[in-house]
Amino acid sequence: MNIVSIGFFLAIVGLTLVVTYIAAKRTSSAADFYTAGGGLKGWQNGFAIAGDYLSAAAFLGVSGAIALTGFDGFFFSVGYVVANLVLLYVIAEPMRNLGRYTLADMLTARFNEKRIRGVAASGTIIIVILYMIAQLVGAGALIKLLFGIEYWVAVLIVGVMMTTYVLFGGMTATSWVQIIKASLLLFGTGLLAVLVLMKFDFSLMKMFDTIAVDHGEKFLVPGIKYTSTIDSVSMMMALVLGTSGLPHILMRFFTVKDAKTARASISWTTWITAIFFSLTIFLGFGALNFVGLDQILAESKAGNTAAPLLAHYLGGDVLMAFIGAVAFATILAVVSGLVLTGASAISHDIYGEIIKGGKLTEKQQVMAARTGSISIAIVSIILALFAQSLNVSFLVSFAFCIGASANLPVILYTIYWKKFNSTGAVTAMVTGLVSCLILGAMGPNVWSPVEGAAIFVGQPLVPLAVPAIITIPLGFIAGYLGTVLSPNRVPQKEAERIYKEIRVKANTGVSVSDISH
Amino acid sequence: MANVSSKKQAQSIDYHAIEAMESFNSFVKKKNTFLFSITAVFLFLYILLPILAFQPVLQQKIFGNITGVWVYSAGLFIMTIVLCTVYVKKAASFDKAAAAVLAEYQAKGGK
Repeated sequence: MNIVSIGFFLAIVGLTLVVTYIAAKRTSSAADFYTAGGGLKGWQNGFAIAGDYLSAAAFLGVSGAIALTGFDGFFFSVGYVVANLVLLYVIAEPMRNLGRYTLADMLTARFNEKRIRGVAASGTIIIVILYMIAQLVGAGALIKLLFGIEYWVAVLIVGVMMTTYVLFGGMTATSWVQIIKASLLLFGTGLLAVLVLMKFDFSLMKMFDTIAVDHGEKFLVPGIKYTSTIDSVSMMMALVLGTSGLPHILMRFFTVKDAKTARASISWTTWITAIFFSLTIFLGFGALNFVGLDQILAESKAGNTAAPLLAHYLGGDVLMAFIGAVAFATILAVVSGLVLTGASAISHDIYGEIIKGGKLTEKQQVMAARTGSISIAIVSIILALFAQSLNVSFLVSFAFCIGASANLPVILYTIYWKKFNSTGAVTAMVTGLVSCLILGAMGPNVWSPVEGAAIFVGQPLVPLAVPAIITIPLGFIAGYLGTVLSPNRVPQKEAERIYKEIRVKANTGVSVSDISH
Repeated sequence: MANVSSKKQAQSIDYHAIEAMESFNSFVKKKNTFLFSITAVFLFLYILLPILAFQPVLQQKIFGNITGVWVYSAGLFIMTIVLCTVYVKKAASFDKAAAAVLAEYQAKGGK
């Protein structure tokens, strides 16, 4: 813990609090709280979505994975980048045209039933909590490493900060914290990449030659971590399709005024993520070459500190402190977005719409949103305090798996399939969610014959780390069967009338400002 | 997007009338064909990576020590940027088509 580290650390805290203070003045209604009043510009939302992609897992995890396993780590980078296209081509615009604050809003635009809202909100809460525990545990470990603060103190600091942003500044503060962090992260990563390239005389070939000769050709091809095709295909499916089902990403489409701006947002995100993830090669190989495998492993088994260690090699304490502060900002921004998304499911979907039937005044809605934020934050902090010794990196891949298997089928059917009905929606979501949890619980992340490698000792019944290759088709099939095998709850005529309305709204964007639920 | 945004107009939009229009249906059909065919193409090219990555074909060295998997991945990055640009350009024409549909609806006496 030196004076430079503390300086950067306090600068990040100070800057984000100023942003929160300004945002708080603009946060008075429920729409302000959940969606920044729908007033974000394309580039702002684009940076904020990129911020959501670039979680600590992506920044620290991917560069660490490339350092330790070569190309196997780069699979993640490719998955995150191509995921943009799925969002852009089939999700972003209809989502903006049909929804208000949450995924459940968009589904209930077509099926006005409380059970749909309940299932969708529950799925959102499960994804948010899984993702959040992973981020908080990672944050605690990182801060402990960088500043020598105790794990539980670190988790509490992050917890208090995220709650402050959301409570006072709502989506406006969360978005700006995300924008600041994405810019810092791009700058920091760019700087490291240029410094690494400089060491190789700006020659990509030379870098690859050095890696091949000094560290072995196994880093140039997959196989260090992933040995089976089916395992990596399954993980890649979860990454590319899961992004479109992550509730905190979907929620970002409601922060802009129309489909055109939603489109511009993702276009920005695509460029930012493509640039960022190209740079992860230099971070990973740079760390492998200059820090060395032994030292990276000595600091953290998962390689999470490869990037800060590389920064230390390239620019001493100052650069390491800066990268550490950027990583800290990354965690703060992502968990704030998660708190807000969790709150939208608890306060808006479950309390406001299901329990109170949408009969809340503006003041009560904001009050409910704040109460929900505090409760989800407290639950996550408590869980994270207990999960310290767990290897939590697989929780993120689970979140992607549920997003792809439970949310994506139902979103696509709702927008594009005329005959889809509400029972099909429920069966798709429940099947996707439950199958991910069950198959995941039987997988190698939970069971391992090696003591200490997983939670329990034993043979995994399902050999797949991420069961997406099974669960995604299950979600789609369940939605289809649920629809064709169940009687319609609403008369045929009424169902057709609603779908026609949805079809016009989704394709023309007419009356976005006037969607009634 | 649509120039029909004021609340009063929005409430009096006859979605059925729009949905029944030939121009609307041909526009949606064209749009969905474009979206889903491109989506199928990029998902196919994408999922080939983890399949071919373990085959000799992508494990060959192509430029110096840079192997096929890195080159293919770079190709997927470029594909993403290109298809993103294609979409944004194409979407501008869809906007026009949607506006034309709404204009036609209003001309027909839609309020």
